Amino acid sequence: MSPESFVMKAFTMAEIKNYTMNFGPQHPAAHGVLRLVLEMDGEVIRRADPHIGLLHRATEKLAENRTYLQSVPYMDRLDYVSMMMNEHAYIMTIEKFLNLKVPPRAQYIRVMFDEITRILNHLLWLGAHALDVGAMTVFLYAFREREDLFDCYEAVSGARMHAAYYRPGGVYRDLPATMPKYEITKNRNPKEVEKLNANRQGSLLDFIEDFTKRFPKYVDEYETLLTDNRIWKQRTVGIGVVDPDRAIALGMTGPMLRGSGVEWDLRKKQPYEIYHKLDFDIPVGKEGDCYDRYLVRIEEMRESNKIISQCIDWLRKNPGEVITKDNKVAPPKREDMKEDMEAMIHHFKLFTEGFHLPKGEAYAAVEHPKGEFGTYIISDGANKPYRLKIRAPGFPHLAALNEMTQGHMLSDLVAIIGTQDIVFGEIDR
Amino acid sequence: MKTHAKLLLERLKKSFGKKILRSSLGFDEVTIAVGATELIDILKTLKDNRDFQFKQLIDLCGVDFLEYPEEQLNNKRFAVVYHLLSLKKNNRLRIKVFLEDNEFPTLPTVISLWPVADWYEREAFDLLGIMFLNHPDLRRILTDYGFIGHPFRKDFPMIGKVEMRYDPSQKRVIYEPVSIEQRNNVPRIIRDEGFHNG
Repeated sequence: MSPESFVMKAFTMAEIKNYTMNFGPQHPAAHGVLRLVLEMDGEVIRRADPHIGLLHRATEKLAENRTYLQSVPYMDRLDYVSMMMNEHAYIMTIEKFLNLKVPPRAQYIRVMFDEITRILNHLLWLGAHALDVGAMTVFLYAFREREDLFDCYEAVSGARMHAAYYRPGGVYRDLPATMPKYEITKNRNPKEVEKLNANRQGSLLDFIEDFTKRFPKYVDEYETLLTDNRIWKQRTVGIGVVDPDRAIALGMTGPMLRGSGVEWDLRKKQPYEIYHKLDFDIPVGKEGDCYDRYLVRIEEMRESNKIISQCIDWLRKNPGEVITKDNKVAPPKREDMKEDMEAMIHHFKLFTEGFHLPKGEAYAAVEHPKGEFGTYIISDGANKPYRLKIRAPGFPHLAALNEMTQGHMLSDLVAIIGTQDIVFGEIDR
Repeated sequence: MKTHAKLLLERLKKSFGKKILRSSLGFDEVTIAVGATELIDILKTLKDNRDFQFKQLIDLCGVDFLEYPEEQLNNKRFAVVYHLLSLKKNNRLRIKVFLEDNEFPTLPTVISLWPVADWYEREAFDLLGIMFLNHPDLRRILTDYGFIGHPFRKDFPMIGKVEMRYDPSQKRVIYEPVSIEQRNNVPRIIRDEGFHNG
């Protein structure tokens, strides 16, 4: 074979057609269990077909067979990086049915923990996104701060992740007056323990306040690593651009929508709890690419920090009830149960039969770190929902993956999955 | 917000009149039920008309009313519920459509109006067996490859029908009928109205 014909043959063979490639489900950049079937033209993506459902647990069907209270912990496990926000939407739907008045202190606690959760979520997103794109350090930094926030979760609910802290009519219990402390062990000497416990001497509120003072500096640290980083910009600027009208049509919400320049945030537009009393801003992007969404989320962390410190101020000055006194929904106090027959009956009925919702249907949504997270309940008057539908923000985002990746390189796909903040707990439900 | 919902319902009634088969204002949310044949026209108006501008389809889900006959419309078992959101008007709207055939429920797709409907309709098909006509790619989405049945139907058992294990003799994973029994620790109870007040 002459050299010329060899070259010709190789050229025609490369021309033949696109090939398909499997991506995931066990891939570190797939954020869990995403399986993609990619149609590739060389290294350029022509079509991406996400195969989801590998984490499908039928939460909605399970909820139909459990009382309303029994389903609360299931909500934590939906989007397992922003646990309390999921509970919040579900609890708000129940409260809508019952027309429950939530004590203001409980509302402030909820908002404070919502924002703590938002920071938790954005920190994981930031670390994972940067790691996908090739920056290792941010991940380690982000987890350092997540540790402190998990301690807040633990102090208030006893669980570091799946808190089940929000309850219909309020929250499970008031903020603790002391913070759990590190203990001296074989591996930790007294000096080190003293250092670790330095900001844990006061109450939980003191600890969170200390965090809010430290946190803006940490965000600056992340920004030094990324915002003007040449590699980071080359990987994210102009990647996965979504224009505003298309973002709306594709059902995008949250930072994905705001990154495209649409000013829409449920905390401002359809305020729930006490968000209308707080002072905060909504960051909005311009270009709708991965870099803008990154900037939006970074700014959201700063705003969340502002909201938390406002809540701390209020909570310090206003002690009070944290859960409704309506014992048909919330359990009576332990000491009452020892003497009061009616309290005993309430307790028994609440935890055996549960409470009933009136007939009807309702939908309530919160501004989840990923977008609009809502639950839709149809009740036939029983102690269990007739139908529960969870509106997960990640579901439409992932559906848009095909459109966002078309014409991009394979390595950009990873950046786009990162920017979408995919968590399979909520997408597969 | 109270007047908001009421005003929206009035505007809807003015625009669609008799096409609205049922409407409610429960919990300050507007719900209307419309017929399957008029659905596309109504949704198109809701999306494009200046008075409504529901540019976003927030959610679409199927519901099986098999065990809740009072809520059915003319003994139709399946319904599809659309949740619309208007960013301009800051309104939400819920639209319910009951499907004609209980054996083979069908409904036209709304992908041409809202591309997001693609996956939502696949989900409703997968979980409840609702067929969306003219959907370009109506595959199962959440259940396993080769799954049989529609798990969110009320006559589908919660524990499922088959279980999976590795069979060492055949050296592959096999499916078998479930070996567990369905447990129900808390019965489903509906109390009379006013029970809690007494």
